[in-house]
Amino acid sequence: MSSAAISLGRTARHNPLASAGVVLVAMFAIFALFAPWIAPQDPANIDLPSRLQAPSSSHWCGTDELGRDIFSRLIYGSRISMLVGSCVVAVSLLLGLIVGSIAGYYGGGIDRFVNIVVMNAFLSFPGILLAIAFVAFRGPGIFNLVLALSLGGWVGYARLVRAQVLAAREREFVEAAKALGASDLRVIVRHILPNIIQPVIVQAAIGMAGAILAEATMSFLGLGVPPPTASWGTMLNDGRSHLFDAPHLVLFPALTVMLAVLSFNFIGDALRDFLDPRSRIEAGL
Amino acid sequence: MALVEIRNLVKIFPLGESIFGGGATSQVRAVDDVSLDISPGETLGLVGESGSGKSTLGRLALRLIEPTSGSIKFDGGDLLAAGAGEMRRLRRDMQIIFQDPFGSLDPRMRVEEIVSEPLIIHESLSLSVRRSRVAELLRTVGLDQSAGRRFPHEFSGGQRQRIGIARALALRPRFIVADEPVSALDVSVGAQIVNLLAQLQREFGLTYLFISHSMPVVRYLATRIAVMYRGKLVEVGPTLQITTQPSHPYTRTLLEATPEVVM
Repeated sequence: MSSAAISLGRTARHNPLASAGVVLVAMFAIFALFAPWIAPQDPANIDLPSRLQAPSSSHWCGTDELGRDIFSRLIYGSRISMLVGSCVVAVSLLLGLIVGSIAGYYGGGIDRFVNIVVMNAFLSFPGILLAIAFVAFRGPGIFNLVLALSLGGWVGYARLVRAQVLAAREREFVEAAKALGASDLRVIVRHILPNIIQPVIVQAAIGMAGAILAEATMSFLGLGVPPPTASWGTMLNDGRSHLFDAPHLVLFPALTVMLAVLSFNFIGDALRDFLDPRSRIEAGL
Repeated sequence: MALVEIRNLVKIFPLGESIFGGGATSQVRAVDDVSLDISPGETLGLVGESGSGKSTLGRLALRLIEPTSGSIKFDGGDLLAAGAGEMRRLRRDMQIIFQDPFGSLDPRMRVEEIVSEPLIIHESLSLSVRRSRVAELLRTVGLDQSAGRRFPHEFSGGQRQRIGIARALALRPRFIVADEPVSALDVSVGAQIVNLLAQLQREFGLTYLFISHSMPVVRYLATRIAVMYRGKLVEVGPTLQITTQPSHPYTRTLLEATPEVVM
């Protein structure tokens, strides 16, 4: 394991983008966890006399149309982004692992049905459209939002897992486990999944970026978390009408979303490079 | 009475099946109407060239793949009639040693976990009892107890094959299919493994179906030899008879193709 740690360190040095990604994600995670202690002001505190103020020393990112401190709202907004993002990835991943494993392991008619009928049906709709329809049907709220975004998210994981399981189930140690009398569940959980989990982790890191972006989109459309809870997407929507007289209302939330999405993408790319032996050889690791 | 009784066994693999589940365009008869008895305590050597269906027959004998038709009896019971639960119980008595010592061990498990897996599946033992059983098994196959904490990739081919043998022995099976266990190893290491298998047979009273394409190895280990050619069993007989007076022309070709090596 220590050699893996060493080459991980090397990867970080050879790949400054990945290091930046890790630092940013750590920062967002700390913001999310300790928002009440980090945020300089109450994110919901309305102060009408000082509305639409430009960035200054007392309000680092300025104030919005109700005089609320944008910097504090961004810090609290990372709670929603991180929470919804990680829940969506977790739910999609779990569903994808279960469905993909079953389709890939049993093959035959089950596989044809899941792969051709179910997955293609979900893939034929844009995920965001499914999510909008779902929230419109069930009503807004964090729980519904997570379900809505997972609805379109699991298919990607299921496809990946299915393809990996399909290849892994032919390996000899899987046959060895079956020859020992291991149950299907044991073969999948103990032998197949640990051997295919690496590309799935990469997909999850990149999927986190997609989930954060999707959460912002849903909140922007008013289908996310209800106000007054601060969310980056809601803040973008609030600032829309002041795009020309107070552009900082849009600029800072947009930059934050961009940074969060980029940082997870950087981490995903770096993980893929790290876990793919071919690119490790090219990088001389 | 025979331990394993194979009658008119046929295995047909479809080729070029369409993704929509349509009929296969062609097929290959990997095992074609094979009947064979394996007596308790003997080593039946199964020889033939690559693609002759030896490995398929070995896997059919353990019901790791389902035959197209025919019957297999293990210890008098119909193997093909066993349900899923009964089949898992039967697996205690029948094990396999694989050709590829690199592919047959899960790369993400420690040797200890690999060797104890059959015990976890079939016996509910306390951790300490299991530990001591694993240590004993590793000693039996000539490995140090400290090997348990390491991963398969830290071992050489011969040592890995020993790990595979320890796993196969864990449940004290009666019947072991050895599917070309030495063909991936170099000659001296292979000889050590062959000797280990012979020693374990004496110790535990094992019955082997020993699959190989190497006549010298089979001649050394087997009490009887079965020769396969294109899915069919062309000749079965005692080792001495097959090697000195082969009756089938294919057996003669096979014998002439192998250089004389005194083992």
